Amino acid sequence: MEHKRLTLFAGHYGSGKTNIAVNYAIALAKEGKPVVIGDLDIVNPYFRTADSKKVLEQAGVTLISPQFANSNVDLPALPAEAYRLVEDKSIYGIMDIGGDDRGAYALGRYVPAIKAEGNYRMVFVANCFRPLTRTPEEALEVMREIEAACGLAFTDIINNANLGPETTPQTVLDSVPYMEKLSQLSGLPIFAHAAESSVAQGLNGKLSPVIPLQLQEKYFDLPSQRPGNRPLFG
Amino acid sequence: MAERVLMKGNEAIAEAAIRAGCRHYFGYPITPQTEIAAYMAKKMPKIGGVFLQAESEIASINMVYGAAAAGVRVMTSSSSPGISLKAEGLSYIAGSDVPALVVNVQRGGPGLGGIQPSQSDYFQATKGGGHGDYRMIVLAPASVQEMASLTIKGFNLADKYLMTSMILADGTIGQMMEPISFEDAEIETYEKPWALTGTEGKRKHNVVNSLYLKPDQLEVKNFERYERYKVVEENEPMWEEYMMEDAEYCVVAFGIASRVAKNAVAAARAEGIKVGLIRPITLWPFPKKALAAAADKVKGFISVELNMGQMIEDIKLYTQCKRPVALCCRCGGMIPSPDEVLESIRKAQKGEF
Repeated sequence: MEHKRLTLFAGHYGSGKTNIAVNYAIALAKEGKPVVIGDLDIVNPYFRTADSKKVLEQAGVTLISPQFANSNVDLPALPAEAYRLVEDKSIYGIMDIGGDDRGAYALGRYVPAIKAEGNYRMVFVANCFRPLTRTPEEALEVMREIEAACGLAFTDIINNANLGPETTPQTVLDSVPYMEKLSQLSGLPIFAHAAESSVAQGLNGKLSPVIPLQLQEKYFDLPSQRPGNRPLFG
Repeated sequence: MAERVLMKGNEAIAEAAIRAGCRHYFGYPITPQTEIAAYMAKKMPKIGGVFLQAESEIASINMVYGAAAAGVRVMTSSSSPGISLKAEGLSYIAGSDVPALVVNVQRGGPGLGGIQPSQSDYFQATKGGGHGDYRMIVLAPASVQEMASLTIKGFNLADKYLMTSMILADGTIGQMMEPISFEDAEIETYEKPWALTGTEGKRKHNVVNSLYLKPDQLEVKNFERYERYKVVEENEPMWEEYMMEDAEYCVVAFGIASRVAKNAVAAARAEGIKVGLIRPITLWPFPKKALAAAADKVKGFISVELNMGQMIEDIKLYTQCKRPVALCCRCGGMIPSPDEVLESIRKAQKGEF
């Protein structure tokens, strides 16, 4: 997989941008690259890149996140530091953009620099099991809204078909016609298929390339939703 | 198998409301429930419904009052400080005996508080909030699936008993995502001969009002209303019991706290502590009978809440203080960890309440 200096993940809210951005950043760092991930989400109050601070630090990924992320300050402000992503050409930058067109407005200010450098991949994250993007046509509508909001066109699409803990390899395989149709409608290649790591194993030899995802354990996961029904301790 | 989709809790409420026949949404934005309004804004125009962002919470609840009086399924949603602003309208709606659905995706308080999850509006939801003698049916979902199913249930109950159903959720359940389906939802419809639909000169006009000029008439209205509340208390309590069969200790928790508590109960069981959980699904009517029955067999209760201890008062009331009740709580947007709950279960076993 060829990596661009900048990789941007945008899409419908709840499509899984943050999980993919975090895992992609860690994968790049494991290849020995200097990686900086920027949380540019000005929409979502909960479940942010900053929740993965520990694993990112362990992997040697630098995190740039809004000063007020996960606090009680409901303020859509981005840190000045975020300019490092577009200005420091010595690093690989990953940008996690907020959901829908509303989230993508925040990207606009960095777009002139991104275009000038011309070494980026703008990836649309799609999950066909999200209710407002159930059809490829609806997903395309969201793509166009995001492009209009930020002024940057997508270059790739990534499949993140999942039903949370109910996801099986078949769930992902069933989504392939949807992704092929979206690829055809948008004229963009399918960059990869993302799946939780145990699901990804089941896709070996059936789909490629697959990005395996390590998902965060959440305090509210039920015993029945966890591998081996084990309670949330450890 | 029913079609599964992956939804945020807030989206599930909005979609369920549409499926329940709600075509009128009036609201004012506030974190962490904004996805409800965003979903309605996107969908309502496509299905001939009304999405209206009012100039304030007070305006929006009075629009709900008006639409409810006209006999349509109507809702509003907000989060804690916004619900306080709606309190006057909630009282008027109760005093006029019209059905409505109100969603509170709670955040930390009091005051402007914060945007992180909380359950500190338990008193406000179950004991009043607005002025006067009245009740609301209060439904406390603990999963995204329940956000959907209890929304539909809430509309049904509101129409059936001519009162407000409140979905009392919290920021986490509003924001979290889980796979759900809608197919098994049962949508009930009720005749509304009292509604203000226009007489067309063919019938006597209807009146929807909460003002009574004579105190004896107002008293009779309140008596009638409380007769109806009695039926709700008899017929509608909902709760879940988890590992209660041989339990010697009983954790009581609702909503997101019950999910943390379930992990702690499972871990305590692994240590050999006989503990179970009662999860009230309706906070009003409170599952009195389940609590009273538990009080006859367990040695003590542990109330797990995201507030300074509000439901604990109802636990004590409905168990008539027969057993000690410990409190395990966090507030202000913080959530008790499974370890903290486990520790209070261990303490209860040692007799420390």
